[in-house]
Amino acid sequence: MNKEIIYGITGILDKPDDVINAAKKLEEADYKKYDIHTPYPLHGIDKAMRLKPSPLGYFALAFGLTGAITGLFIMWLTMSQLYPQIISGKPFFPLPALIPVTFEITVLLASVGTVLSMLFFLFKLPNNSHPLHDTDYMKKVSADKFGVCIEAKDVKFDLEECRKFLESINCHTIEPIYYPEETINFRPKIFETKFVMFLLAAAFLVSGATYVLLNKLMFVEPFNWMMFQQRLDAQYPTKFFKDGFSMRTPIEGTVARGTTPYLYKGNPEKAGTELVNPIEATKENLAVGKAKFDTYCSPCHGYQGNGDARLNGQFPNPPSLHSEKVRNWTDGRIYAVIMDGQNSMPSYASQIKAEDRWKVINYIRTLQRALNAKEEDLK
Amino acid sequence: MTHSSGSVYVKKEFAPSNLMFGVGVLLVGAIMMIVAYMVDNHRAAFNTIITFMFLMSIGLGSLFLVALEHLVGAVWSVPFRRISEMLSSLIFIAPILSIPLFINLHGLFHWTHPEALAEDVILAAKAPYLNESFFIIRTVAIFVVMGIFYFLLVGSSFSQDKTKSEKISKRNTVVSAIFMPFFAISVTILSIDWMMSLEPHWFSTIYGVYYFAGTFGAAMAVLAFISINLTEGGYMPEKIKRDHYYNFGALLFAFTNFWAYIAFSQFLLIWYSNLPEETFWYITRGQGSWLVVSIFLIIIRFLVPYAVLLPQPAKSDAKRLKFMSIWIIFAHFYDLYWLVMPTYSKNGASFGWMELVPPVVAAGLIIVVFNLMSRKRNLIPIGDPKLSRGLNFHL
Repeated sequence: MNKEIIYGITGILDKPDDVINAAKKLEEADYKKYDIHTPYPLHGIDKAMRLKPSPLGYFALAFGLTGAITGLFIMWLTMSQLYPQIISGKPFFPLPALIPVTFEITVLLASVGTVLSMLFFLFKLPNNSHPLHDTDYMKKVSADKFGVCIEAKDVKFDLEECRKFLESINCHTIEPIYYPEETINFRPKIFETKFVMFLLAAAFLVSGATYVLLNKLMFVEPFNWMMFQQRLDAQYPTKFFKDGFSMRTPIEGTVARGTTPYLYKGNPEKAGTELVNPIEATKENLAVGKAKFDTYCSPCHGYQGNGDARLNGQFPNPPSLHSEKVRNWTDGRIYAVIMDGQNSMPSYASQIKAEDRWKVINYIRTLQRALNAKEEDLK
Repeated sequence: MTHSSGSVYVKKEFAPSNLMFGVGVLLVGAIMMIVAYMVDNHRAAFNTIITFMFLMSIGLGSLFLVALEHLVGAVWSVPFRRISEMLSSLIFIAPILSIPLFINLHGLFHWTHPEALAEDVILAAKAPYLNESFFIIRTVAIFVVMGIFYFLLVGSSFSQDKTKSEKISKRNTVVSAIFMPFFAISVTILSIDWMMSLEPHWFSTIYGVYYFAGTFGAAMAVLAFISINLTEGGYMPEKIKRDHYYNFGALLFAFTNFWAYIAFSQFLLIWYSNLPEETFWYITRGQGSWLVVSIFLIIIRFLVPYAVLLPQPAKSDAKRLKFMSIWIIFAHFYDLYWLVMPTYSKNGASFGWMELVPPVVAAGLIIVVFNLMSRKRNLIPIGDPKLSRGLNFHL
């Protein structure tokens, strides 16, 4: 037998009112380290024992706030910063739509966090035993008796004194509780064979069930019904529309978002008189214009626009951009050439964005100006 | 003092000044109302809808609290049931306020105009429900049916004080079960008819629940305020304590959240589906000064009560509870104002002395009715077999 250490002294009472009185007496006698055990939650015992309110509420508040802030932050980061997408015409940070999710995350973190902090901070979890376990006292108080236990940790603890005190509050079957010394230095063994085997079995079961669910069960009638819905798939035939196409052509006269229709196809002179360059020739815009010009225009027109580029000889040479004719063209007239092409030059409408076309034109103007500088440019 | 405290209750009479105070407030309110009707008939009528719906909130809500207690067999609320019972007699006062509204239906409801029906397909389609005669029939039917339940539930409880018959309690449980569906339909119809049909094109299926959420909160707040004041004044048995108060606080807190849940559900669905036939109602309330009113609605009706009532001690602290009760009663007025008045002034919130008529009239009526009802009656249901358990209630 190992050396045994005293944990405390216990006494049994028969009625709930007695144990509430006992708690009041213990408080009057100024005992600090004692506990009351009852077979069911007893109304009013917390007041009699002068228990402080549980700190658990603060854990719940902290975890809940963490959940709310984290949830909102992640959604803000992904939806409006990293991958901004228009979803059913809503803004990039659609707050009302995020509130249910935020609420769920708040509740999830608050509840899980509260339970875990209760287990680990208040119940001191991996410790899974207690000196009172497996005693006659515990058997009685978890059946139909009410128990008082004064712990040896109490500064006023003295075995005989406490025995007398428990007698004075009408306790019977008063017993001291001892526990073996080795449990003081008890370390929970997480890597016991039994426990590891249990974990392995659980992992195997869960992964097996997941596999069956996702790879087999989902393709069994009726769980596969969702796969065969009456729906339109892009670029697939359908019976829903008369013409058999699932994709629809836009309604005549409608314009896609963010675009301006080009109304001068085959009519460059009209474009020259009516179109106006909306882009200012700032430093940044010219840099973009130069980049686009060098990529798309310079293979034929040359870096300076002289028409003497590296493809010279393989295609008919384009005329110089510095001719009197081109210099007198309006921006809109040049725009029409980029849109429609001219002679053997094809349309560049699909390669260069509308905005960038104007920037390219600004850059061409700069090139022209460089070769035909005016007096005032020298200032 | 014996343990069974039901028999030792001795009624302490109110000071007659209470009634005089109520009569004074009511007189001021009545004069304000009459002047309002003379100055601006239209605006006064809209404010009368607020008064009417508020008083129905308190009356029907109190009746609901009484029935709820019978139905679920609640114990803690037994000592306060009589207060709810007396307040539920407001359902006989509110109809008086509906008379000027009935006379003025044309001024309030767009759908009462035959020429509007002729050129409006939607209104014409709704005409089988939204027509004047059926409207009046529905409202009067609600008054009658709720009046019958008042006599069944409350009248029998008054007589139980003398007979002390246990049978009455058992019968009231059954009556309460029958009452519940009638109550649900009544509240839904009342809110749809008197407030939602102010914008006859607009519809929201959750509207009745929205009004109910506010109704429960306001009825609970009035009950809590009166109960705590009476207890502190020594009119109630001494055994009433913080444990009882805690239930007031918890229910006020719960229904603050319930209101927010319902209000947000309504908003989210309409905002997300973004259909013009639904959104215009919120667009009216989201433009100009109405936006400020709407934002303050969230703060007043939800955020402040939520924050104040969240800590556990707040739910049983008499001082904070009294303050929050008054706050929630006021918030219910604010909510009704937000529901009704944008139809009157679409382009911006209008707030003047006329908008003070509903709170003053309602406060006066509640004080007067409560004082008159409690004159010859006990303040606790001394014949109820659950009373002593209710008084000894602890958490």
